[in-house]
Amino acid sequence: MSPSEDAVPTLDKEEEIRARRDRINRVAKWTLPSLVMVLSLLAWHLYVTLNDVPHYVLPGPVPVGNSIIEDWALLWPAMLTTSRLTILALFLAVTGGVALAVAFTQSRWAEMSFFPYAVILQVTPVVAIAPLLQIYVDSAFVAALLCAWIVAFFPILSNTTTGLKSADHNLHDLFTIYGATRWQRLRYLAAPSALPYFLGGLRIAGGLALIGAVVAEFVIGRAGTGLGLASTLLEASYRFNFGRLYAALILISILGIGIFAITSLISHLMLRKWHESALTREM
Amino acid sequence: MTARHGRKPILTMYRIEKTFGGETVALKDLNLTVNGGDFLSLLGPSGCGKSTALRLIAGLIHPTSGRLEWSGERGVGDLGIVFQEPTLMPWLTVSQNVWLPYRLRGTSFAEARHDIESALELVGLSEFSDAHPRELSGGMKMRVSIARAMVTRPRLILLDEPFAALDEITRFKLNNDLLEMKAALGCTVIFVTHSVFESVFLSDRVIVMAARPGRVISELGIDTPYPRHADFRTSNEYASHTRDVSNALGEAMGVAA
Repeated sequence: MSPSEDAVPTLDKEEEIRARRDRINRVAKWTLPSLVMVLSLLAWHLYVTLNDVPHYVLPGPVPVGNSIIEDWALLWPAMLTTSRLTILALFLAVTGGVALAVAFTQSRWAEMSFFPYAVILQVTPVVAIAPLLQIYVDSAFVAALLCAWIVAFFPILSNTTTGLKSADHNLHDLFTIYGATRWQRLRYLAAPSALPYFLGGLRIAGGLALIGAVVAEFVIGRAGTGLGLASTLLEASYRFNFGRLYAALILISILGIGIFAITSLISHLMLRKWHESALTREM
Repeated sequence: MTARHGRKPILTMYRIEKTFGGETVALKDLNLTVNGGDFLSLLGPSGCGKSTALRLIAGLIHPTSGRLEWSGERGVGDLGIVFQEPTLMPWLTVSQNVWLPYRLRGTSFAEARHDIESALELVGLSEFSDAHPRELSGGMKMRVSIARAMVTRPRLILLDEPFAALDEITRFKLNNDLLEMKAALGCTVIFVTHSVFESVFLSDRVIVMAARPGRVISELGIDTPYPRHADFRTSNEYASHTRDVSNALGEAMGVAA
């Protein structure tokens, strides 16, 4: 309910100002970033054309746009590869992270034994592991997938573990009194309590999966495997094809934005009914 | 005075002691008989072990020594509990929250629907069955919590300072309603409180406890017959009972200090 509906008969000065501010904010939320985008593109274009900057130093927005269209046949499969890598890595991170988190909360022994190794896996830079993986794993795609998975899985594991433990103690007591089974406790109490934490982890992991995929493509794709957008980007830089380089960069960003938007949407849809993070205050 | 006329004991506690971590004595030599149909209040300052006693009765913890004996059959749905906070699950609607005791027994929502609806009706929240807890006020959340505790029509309901966090107006209203609900259900109630006025208004037996170590100091009977209404609060009888209970509590505090 908007404040203007709230105070229908008399809208005092303060409420009027607030209503107007809300209206302006709603429009500005979209128009301001769009305006910044248009202005930056314009500034970029003017800078390049007025100063005659050579295209191998900085191509203008128009050649970059052209490059996206002309090189589409090359960029699109690369984008598909990167997307597939990212999404698969994220999927494996979610299943692995959640499964391990459940194992950790069900058994203290499992947590004590394995949690330190999950941390070690996380703190070791993926760039350092990638060349090794490339040696031991034949398929470049699988090696890259492993890299991306390692990066993405920790926030899911760590957040979900915290979430599963965060259920109200009184509710736990209540479940004990009603003789709940282990499974019921997990299904009806721990899992829903963990959901907001898990979704927070998912949003971080989505971004990290893409970063992991791109890093892996850089390191592994250097061997000429032609793996994904990062390889395309690297190759374009070797050839001084800066239009294509920027095109690949833009597509990577778009992919990142897409993943963030999707994970945020999932989070919003799952929590909007009850969780504070997804509620708009009616005030 | 202990056994009200014609009531049979359902729970007897013999010489119960509970020590936490080998050194903190929470309860010492607690003897208590709970009769079917009692409205029993455990009254005392903080640290007197009244919540510990409640958790022992609920089976959440076990006594260090002593015995706790139930008479008669005890099923899963025979005990309901209400905590100081409403402890609702925010992701479920009001009626789904009330469904919980049945759900954990494997009873489907459809099968439990009738009981859920009548429990919500008893607490006056029928209209809110599809709302989420966040949409309710503090008092309404507490009503949902009470509905959940009595949906299975348990023989015994435990309430652990359920109204302590509510404002006085809401508390009075809930006190009245609680008595009506108890009458409708015909169950036994054990009510933990630190309010003299609340214990006198609600119960027919007030157990006064002292702290460090937690123990029972005295027991007072409030023989005013039910139903008790709001006018009971202003009666001389009420005043004299509160005076007696206050004195007993003062004594308990004096012993403790």
